[in-house]
Amino acid sequence: MSASGDKTVDKGGIVHRLSQVDRRVLYVIVLACAMVPLIIGAQVRLSVSPPVKGLYDAVEALPPGSYVYLAADYDPGSLPELYPMNIAFVEHLFSKDVKIIAASLWAPGPPLSQRVFEDIAPRYGKTYGEDYVNLGFKEGREAVMVSVAEDLRATFPEDYFGTPYGDIPMLEGIENLTDVRLIVNVSAGYPGIKEWVQQVATRFPVPIGGGVTAVSGPEMYPYIQSGQLVGLLAGMKGAGEYEQLIEKPGLGLAGMAAQSSVHVAVIVFIILANVFYFIDRRKRS
Amino acid sequence: MKPLTIIVACVVLAMGLMGAAAGGLNGQVFGTWVAALLTLAIFSFLYKDNPVYKLAEHIFIGVSAGYVVCLEYWNVFIPNLWNPLVSGQSYILIVPFALGLMLFTRFSPRASWLSRWAIAAMVGSYAGFAVIGALQGDLIAQVRASMIPLYSADAVASMSLARTANEYVFAFLGILQNPLTIIGLITTLIYFFFSREHKGSLGVASRIGIFFLMISFGASFGYTVMSRVSLLIGRLHFLLSDWLGIIQ
Amino acid sequence: MKTEVPVAIAFIAGMLMIVSLFSPHPIFAEPAAVMRNWAIIITAFAYVLGVANIARISAGTVRTRGRDWHYKIVLLASLGVMLGIGLSGGIQAGSPFDWGYINVMVPMQATMFSLLAFFIASAAYRAFRARSVEATLLLVTAVIVMLGRVPVGEGLWNGLPAFTEWIMEVPNMAAKRGIMIGAALGAISTGLKMILGLERSYLGSDK
Repeated sequence: MSASGDKTVDKGGIVHRLSQVDRRVLYVIVLACAMVPLIIGAQVRLSVSPPVKGLYDAVEALPPGSYVYLAADYDPGSLPELYPMNIAFVEHLFSKDVKIIAASLWAPGPPLSQRVFEDIAPRYGKTYGEDYVNLGFKEGREAVMVSVAEDLRATFPEDYFGTPYGDIPMLEGIENLTDVRLIVNVSAGYPGIKEWVQQVATRFPVPIGGGVTAVSGPEMYPYIQSGQLVGLLAGMKGAGEYEQLIEKPGLGLAGMAAQSSVHVAVIVFIILANVFYFIDRRKRS
Repeated sequence: MKPLTIIVACVVLAMGLMGAAAGGLNGQVFGTWVAALLTLAIFSFLYKDNPVYKLAEHIFIGVSAGYVVCLEYWNVFIPNLWNPLVSGQSYILIVPFALGLMLFTRFSPRASWLSRWAIAAMVGSYAGFAVIGALQGDLIAQVRASMIPLYSADAVASMSLARTANEYVFAFLGILQNPLTIIGLITTLIYFFFSREHKGSLGVASRIGIFFLMISFGASFGYTVMSRVSLLIGRLHFLLSDWLGIIQ
Repeated sequence: MKTEVPVAIAFIAGMLMIVSLFSPHPIFAEPAAVMRNWAIIITAFAYVLGVANIARISAGTVRTRGRDWHYKIVLLASLGVMLGIGLSGGIQAGSPFDWGYINVMVPMQATMFSLLAFFIASAAYRAFRARSVEATLLLVTAVIVMLGRVPVGEGLWNGLPAFTEWIMEVPNMAAKRGIMIGAALGAISTGLKMILGLERSYLGSDK
């Protein structure tokens, strides 16, 4: 406060102190905004976006007994966003009696895929080797994508458990990706859905759709508009929308109330920070 | 090792043993306790960098590195290389085997030039993939998808069908969709053309391109916040549900 | 031998991939398929090389009692344990390797990434200022998108989700497509330079 008792100086001091608050205070606020909705179990209803609807419709159009290649290209770092998508896709595909060939270009992918199958398959009476198979992981990124599209057997001579390709009943007659009706890619980054579009979508007549982390969502819109992707889920919200469409609420929908409150907190932070900035700037000028 | 580290390590170990005892040495319960304590150890970094976090960080690096090697061994080395080679299916696989082993000459300053052969094989292959992917997946397909009419009769017709304020707003935005897409694409490309100074009409177009870029960066920031928050929600859900059992 | 052979290998590998796109003739397609399999195998060795390098550097730090050397012992021990149980006992579900993956690696990796939520909130408060027209446009768009993608936004205006989707489909898509086309041109030119031997930085120093 100045000698004249000018309150503007005092207000500017408070404003400046508020704008420099310890970051750990912000962390506590974020933590509280995330935890409280989870603890009270708040439920929300989501509006469904066209990219999500597009993928849902593509899966709905699959005839029973057809094959889908499920590329689980993600790792535990993206679990909260992509694991609910993986679950939702498998639920939807099993409910349509579609056979799933799962594989991964990320080393941690196959165990995550397998967990999903072991949770979901018994509910639909699905059997490993007859209705779904986990071919495991293969290093090689784009090389594996093209290799799988041309010769699945040569790329994955054995499945995740070491069973030879030829000994898996549902893979009889399946030689490459042209034998599947849809590629569904759950993608955490590189290699992922962008590379599937670049290497496979234009060369081979198989539609591609999938889910990505929200970080990658905006850059996929050109592929949606061009038709190279039939549909796309982005982040936990995308997973929640799909769960809502298939009427199987899960981890995606469960987290959306917490997501809402943290978003509001971040927006308040941005607004407050800029209000303090403009007050401080006006005071200095 | 600092005394604080030893004390903290003992506290963590004691909590882990309590958890194991609580679960009757059940593998799953013990595993959940291990996962929860490691999660809290990583979260402790939010307060400040500390020995518990560093311990967990180094365990993570070691386990992740070991994990990758085992996966490569069982999923690539054995089925794609070793089995076909020793069974006589494909003796030519001795070539990539040799090239792969040559990579390890990088540890020897005198022999490291041999690793270039393997690196060249990888780089050449993946450069080829990059050229193909960029050409057909990004360049040609995206340019083709940009050939859209400025005027969309359907969009104009939807304006006359609008009844509510929302419908008018979105009908108007629908009319703007194609022209804005074309203008946005062209001005963004002009912004990235640095061979001429951005003055005059080029400068105006470049500035419009910057506005479109700022909108796209803002959208990306919004989605990035969404993504990071989802990750936090996932971990909290694990702690509150699987570990503490507070929520379903 | 040190430069000419690798450049020739890169040329053959790259051209096989490109030509096999344009011609499905077996004279190109079969060598290309072989080359793809070889690239898969060599890449696997490259990952093992990376891990071996981590082990070598950590062991060096322990030997010389460098910074945080005691943590490097923990790193090497963790690596050794994981390798031991994975290579000897297999990686199938229910194995000790799988237990280590599910209860050690998965939670720590997920938690590492979840820290970013706190950092981005802190950055939003401390660094994101509307200092210019462009920054204001960025922040306003970010706020609209963050609100529009959660139910709270729909509560404020029932058209906000659709408006957010329009932002993603029109101005965002246009700018991202421009970036994508520019990046594609750059990738094609750099890829061709590497294949043709004009770009040799990947070979490292000649010393």
